[in-house]
Amino acid sequence: MAPVATPFFFYLLSGIMLIGGILVITRKNPVHSALALIVTLLAQASIYLMLYAPFVAGVQIILYAGGIMVLFLFVIMLVSIDRSIKERQFNSQWVVGIIAATALGGLFIAAFTKGDKIFPEHVLPMVENDNTQNIATLLYGQYMFAFEIASLLLLVAIIGAVVMAKKRI
Amino acid sequence: MLHITTLHYLVLGAALFLLGVIGVLTRRNVVIVLMSIELILNAVNLNLVAFSRLWGGLHGQIFAIFVITDAAAEAAVGLGILIAFFRNKETVNIDEVNLLKW
Amino acid sequence: MNSIVQYIQSYLASDKTPGAAGNMFWALVYIMLVFVGLSVAVIAMNWLERKILAHMQVRLGPMRVGPHGLLQPIADAIKLLLKEDIIPAEADGLIFWMAPFIVVLAAFTVFVVVPFGPTHAITDMNIGILFMLGVSSLSVLGIVMAGWASNSHYPLIGALRSSAQMVSYEVAMGLAVVSAILMTSLNATGTGTLSMIGIVQAQQAQGEWFIFKFFPLGLIAFFIFAVAMVAETNRAPFDLAEAESELTAGFHTEYSGFRWSLFFLAEYSAMIAVSSIAVTLWLGGWLRPFPNLLSGGIWELVFSFFPGVTFLFFAAICFYNTVRMPKHPLFRIQTIGLAAFGVVLALIGLVLFIPAVSMRVQDIFWFATKVAAFMYLYIWYRGTFPRYRFDQLMQMGWKVLLPMGLGVLILTASVALLQQKLWHP
Repeated sequence: MAPVATPFFFYLLSGIMLIGGILVITRKNPVHSALALIVTLLAQASIYLMLYAPFVAGVQIILYAGGIMVLFLFVIMLVSIDRSIKERQFNSQWVVGIIAATALGGLFIAAFTKGDKIFPEHVLPMVENDNTQNIATLLYGQYMFAFEIASLLLLVAIIGAVVMAKKRI
Repeated sequence: MLHITTLHYLVLGAALFLLGVIGVLTRRNVVIVLMSIELILNAVNLNLVAFSRLWGGLHGQIFAIFVITDAAAEAAVGLGILIAFFRNKETVNIDEVNLLKW
Repeated sequence: MNSIVQYIQSYLASDKTPGAAGNMFWALVYIMLVFVGLSVAVIAMNWLERKILAHMQVRLGPMRVGPHGLLQPIADAIKLLLKEDIIPAEADGLIFWMAPFIVVLAAFTVFVVVPFGPTHAITDMNIGILFMLGVSSLSVLGIVMAGWASNSHYPLIGALRSSAQMVSYEVAMGLAVVSAILMTSLNATGTGTLSMIGIVQAQQAQGEWFIFKFFPLGLIAFFIFAVAMVAETNRAPFDLAEAESELTAGFHTEYSGFRWSLFFLAEYSAMIAVSSIAVTLWLGGWLRPFPNLLSGGIWELVFSFFPGVTFLFFAAICFYNTVRMPKHPLFRIQTIGLAAFGVVLALIGLVLFIPAVSMRVQDIFWFATKVAAFMYLYIWYRGTFPRYRFDQLMQMGWKVLLPMGLGVLILTASVALLQQKLWHP
């Protein structure tokens, strides 16, 4: 089923994402930031659906919103946050940081206004029905090696996290 | 207004990326810095999927999945470091991580 | 008027779900039907759980409100709605306010892809089972938010326990699900499917439920899922998150009235949701028993009587108890009420004998029956098992279920590959 009312949903979802992103970096309380980030991630999953990427959308929901963000919330609850809320929220180089980010933003604007013509107007058709099957074929075929390395990376990350966080091994 | 092109998605991705960069560069709380990194990774993912739609292939989506995998690994290790750090110094402020500073 | 009838008939002839056909109106009708059906199921579960638990403990359970306490859930609902809605002074207002809605939303959104029949689902997604697991994992966020926002010790400990438990058991659950999905790929094309309807159709095509496939591999995967789903919904014996003897009520200690009832609603609809995943993946979804072995006109006819007979049986129980009611004048209203309830059930049963109705309803009946069996299992567990300790729970999840799930996954994959290579080269 083709996406309906694409412009409306695009502007709605991107508005939600941007507001969520702004809330993430401005809230004092990390829990509020995390919730804003969850809203952003869910809106992004919907945008993936509009881009004919249902499998990535599903992975986004199950891994990001259901896995990583729960981990974040869990850790926020473990470390006491009462003190850090009362402290200064921005570090001493925030002026430099803003300037650097503005420069990066200027670069983006320049690239997008100059390179506007690079991207073709119409997009190639894509079959949505076999999305999952095709991704599986690619993932276990052409990208097999990368897939194995990713699994190794996850193993290393598990061991690293345990070594870091455990008091006495 | 009536037609959403790839550029729209790219601009959205760039805006999210900028928000993430500002968060990483200015905030003191490690947890929020890590979340800003997640924002950056998501901006990249959005671009990858948008390009994948543009060229009608699935390689961009595959890369998005790999990036999500890396984000999971990064979050696990980062939060592990955070807990170890909090246990030693009783703070979550990133500018107090200055043991190596002379 | 005529055009409306034609419209409905054109829908009834369709072989697609309303969502897949892009039919907004019927999708809305289905959403309303699923919502109403779920609410009724939760109300019924409330009564049944109290009654069955009571009878397991040689008590009578609710007896006062209505005959045999049949109106007790309604009385409870009115009581909860009329109660004061307290938000603690030190709580984080917005999050405290939002948390129950997130849990309810996650628990209800899951039903978008649940296949009650080949065309009786709101929609059929290409990523159906992934969507179900993902959205049901969002409910842990609501629980964590509720526990944290209450700004109190018991809820926080409950939320921490609950999130750790749900994240741990999600892994084992996912592995069990993957091994079932692997079985869908045993067809001529060699590609499986994640769509809920596709999974049931694969079981139909292969001629056996996945619980019996590659015996005992399917059974072990089902067992892992059946354990993990109890932990996932925070029910006894894994109800550490709301262990009343240690944490008063866990993450919803500070909630009262309407918001508490939302948590209650979410818990029961989440139970129904995970049970319907189990039914879809391993127990053949909407398929009636022995669709291939006992096929043909006569068996079709016999099995089409089942829904009506079941309702008539319930009606008969009602009438039996009406006769057994005390003959005192004070019990007259209750006796009449029970008889009226029996008459309603009998009428529904008789309507279900009409061939046109039973054809459409049969799938839903078998699906609901299988889910009801799981609901009974839940109550049974709660009545009989002692609660696990938290370290035992974690040990069970990570050291027993996870390796078992991995082993089953590898064995299933090997057997499936062997079968494809040897029998269908």
